[in-house]
Amino acid sequence: MQTSVISRDPATPYRFMGLLLAIGILWPMLQLAQFEPKLLVDPKNIQVMGDFLVQFFPPNIQATFLSLVLKATVETLAMATAGIALAMVIAVPLGLIISYSLSISRIGPTSDHQFAQSIRFLARSFMLILRGIPEIVWALLLVRVFGLGAIAGVLAIAITYGGMLAKVYSEILESGNTLPARALILSGSNRITAFLYGLLPGSAQELASYTVYRWECSVRASVVMGFVGAGGLGQLMDQSMKMLNGGEVSTILVVFLGLVLLADYISLIIRKQLA
Amino acid sequence: MIAPINTQPARQFCLKCLLTLLILFGLTIASFVYLSLNPANLFTLEALRNMAQFIGRFFPPDLSADFLEKIWQGILQTLAISALATLIAATLSLGLSLPVSGRFGPAAKGLTRFICNFLRSVPELVWAALMVLAVGLGPFAGTLALTLHTTGVLGRLFGESLENHPIAPSNALMLSGSGRVTSFLYGTLPGIAPQLLSYSLYRWEMNIRMATILGFVGAGGLGQMLYYELSLLREAQASTVIIAMLLLVVFVDMVSNKLRRIQMHNQG
Repeated sequence: MQTSVISRDPATPYRFMGLLLAIGILWPMLQLAQFEPKLLVDPKNIQVMGDFLVQFFPPNIQATFLSLVLKATVETLAMATAGIALAMVIAVPLGLIISYSLSISRIGPTSDHQFAQSIRFLARSFMLILRGIPEIVWALLLVRVFGLGAIAGVLAIAITYGGMLAKVYSEILESGNTLPARALILSGSNRITAFLYGLLPGSAQELASYTVYRWECSVRASVVMGFVGAGGLGQLMDQSMKMLNGGEVSTILVVFLGLVLLADYISLIIRKQLA
Repeated sequence: MIAPINTQPARQFCLKCLLTLLILFGLTIASFVYLSLNPANLFTLEALRNMAQFIGRFFPPDLSADFLEKIWQGILQTLAISALATLIAATLSLGLSLPVSGRFGPAAKGLTRFICNFLRSVPELVWAALMVLAVGLGPFAGTLALTLHTTGVLGRLFGESLENHPIAPSNALMLSGSGRVTSFLYGTLPGIAPQLLSYSLYRWEMNIRMATILGFVGAGGLGQMLYYELSLLREAQASTVIIAMLLLVVFVDMVSNKLRRIQMHNQG
């Protein structure tokens, strides 16, 4: 038997084929995305961007502008808080409706099985629409109904996060110990009582902590939603950007990063307090 | 089998929790007052009628073949933006992960970590608005914006998985005489590759979602179509775009759930 030393990686041909395939897929993608790196080094673009970036330093810290930023920051926090409050109003009933651990039709042969299933299906599809459409799209639409300002942002948060919270609430309720609730339902209590005495004590902390986490996310989201005119820091940033005022943009960016950190910290504290 | 029953007594009255909840409730009320937003006003007959009228204008959606063709192009563009951005970001992050994991000394580690944190703290939409200034309107700006943000996220994640990977295989190669690069490529990379791939796929999923909306600041994809149609008050077309967005998001969700289940199944 002859032993030969393999001097090359035996996987080379396969890797080569893979590379060819990748290029075959990549090329049309580059076309579709109109990928033109030379735009980055186009002297005109560099001029515009350079002028803009130079203004970033120093950040604008005039008192009048800072008071504007402060107002927008408070508005952002208020939007997030009000949005989450309304989201809970949407999410709690939906979550209770779709949660299987509170399903009466599931525990035995009843006549309204079909009816209950179809209600659940409807609720689930409704939730999917609420959370499947991104919050900024909701904001863009609602701005057309309620005008520019915070109300559209609050409602957009309420709608999207309502759908998300409902889904997670029902998942939390199903993942914990469901025996107490089942026992209550089997012995004839209604769903609300079974929820309050059978499920809530075990899962209250997790429900609260997830809600606070979502609040933190909604602070971030409410900043972004300002770009379509839904109030808060984002709207201010959008205005400054359109006027190519770099100093203002950098101030707002710094405040935004600080606000996200602050929201992180607040949510940590609240979660600890509720533990 | 009988499931174990929790025999601990229920938690008693908790003053701290109650106080926290009270404060939170107060702050929530304060928020509504500050925004001068009365939830009751949202459900007046007038508001509901306005709302119904507004929604009514979105039906029926425009399903003509021409427009669906445009939507299809928009979807493809959205997918292309997100895939390219994720691919470029993953490549950059692979390079960035070496200093992030501390292989070039603590100074380089601190610096690259700061860069990563900065890149990922600025939201994609803000990057997109900046990139539109830098390279003009269009999908290229969106690709760049997603690339920047994703590089921040993946650079850190890649660096951390590199840090946590055992160094024995690459050490063995080094001791038997291979160079630094070869020992990395054959000793370390194969071990972390599956994790890097799953991180990248996860980010791709997020980026598809982001790419649908980056267009609001002019960065291409479905979002730009929606913004355009709504500006022209063409609600029928806009509603088709929204439906396409919803379907795309739901589809991506389904695929990723399925993949995750397969992966979990494979891992036992």
